[in-house]
Amino acid sequence: MTTAAAEQLEAFLSRVPYIRFLGMQAELAGDEMTAILPASPHLIGNTFIPALHGGVIGAFLEMTALAQLSVAEPTRRLPKTIDVTIEYLRPGRGGLTSYARADLRKVGRRIANVHVEAWQEDRDKPFAALRGHFLLRGED
Amino acid sequence: MNEVPAAFREIAERMVEVTPQAAALGLRFVSVAPARGSLEAPWREDLVGDPDTGVIASGVVTTLLDHTCGLAMAAAAGTEPFSTATLDLRIDYMRAAAPRTGVTCEAHCYKITRSIGFVRAEAWDVDRSDLVATAQAAFILNRPNA
Repeated sequence: MTTAAAEQLEAFLSRVPYIRFLGMQAELAGDEMTAILPASPHLIGNTFIPALHGGVIGAFLEMTALAQLSVAEPTRRLPKTIDVTIEYLRPGRGGLTSYARADLRKVGRRIANVHVEAWQEDRDKPFAALRGHFLLRGED
Repeated sequence: MNEVPAAFREIAERMVEVTPQAAALGLRFVSVAPARGSLEAPWREDLVGDPDTGVIASGVVTTLLDHTCGLAMAAAAGTEPFSTATLDLRIDYMRAAAPRTGVTCEAHCYKITRSIGFVRAEAWDVDRSDLVATAQAAFILNRPNA
């Protein structure tokens, strides 16, 4: 783990108000980051199951992609999300902690392509996945 | 726009209050019509995604789009009770919202079958002709008697 990457991740997590609203955390092992979303009543979208809100799941996956980009590219500005496709594989159970890892499929000069998977109790049974493009360097 | 039954309108207006995440974001009901719904996410300091600019987080827009799509689905399904889950959601972010400004969303469920609903949604901050984001989603519909 480089100090710069750890500091960049810490800065990303603590500076973005919406990350604190979600209660999202992250851990670094070498250059591998695991994002963590502890269960919380305010994240529920379906009170009958109960299940995480689909929007929360999408947001958690997207924030995981941005956090991993901040680790990989610590000197760059916060990337902008261009597009995301979120696939919902099973309900995200409201009482369980969620985890996510991002795979930077391609980081070019301007665009990054990132895949993210989220799971709860069993990593082999992901409950949601995201594929997205992100604009680097803050260009419009 | 055509009217929806009064009983459904009441349910639709309460939808943002009874969903914990929608209530936590402070989502507000705007309107409902057959197969269409509109909600807004007011700007709030703790929902900012970029502290340098004060722009609302894309994650809030994601939840607003998803929730408004759900409302449009409900408005297409009528008064029959059902539960729904998102199958997939594709979002294009055209530009950042204006600083310290909320976002409004309108969704249209343009096709609904016994089991699946197809929905498109648009989100804007100030001017509907200058969009912040668009979404395309598919939902599975669990009807009790299906």
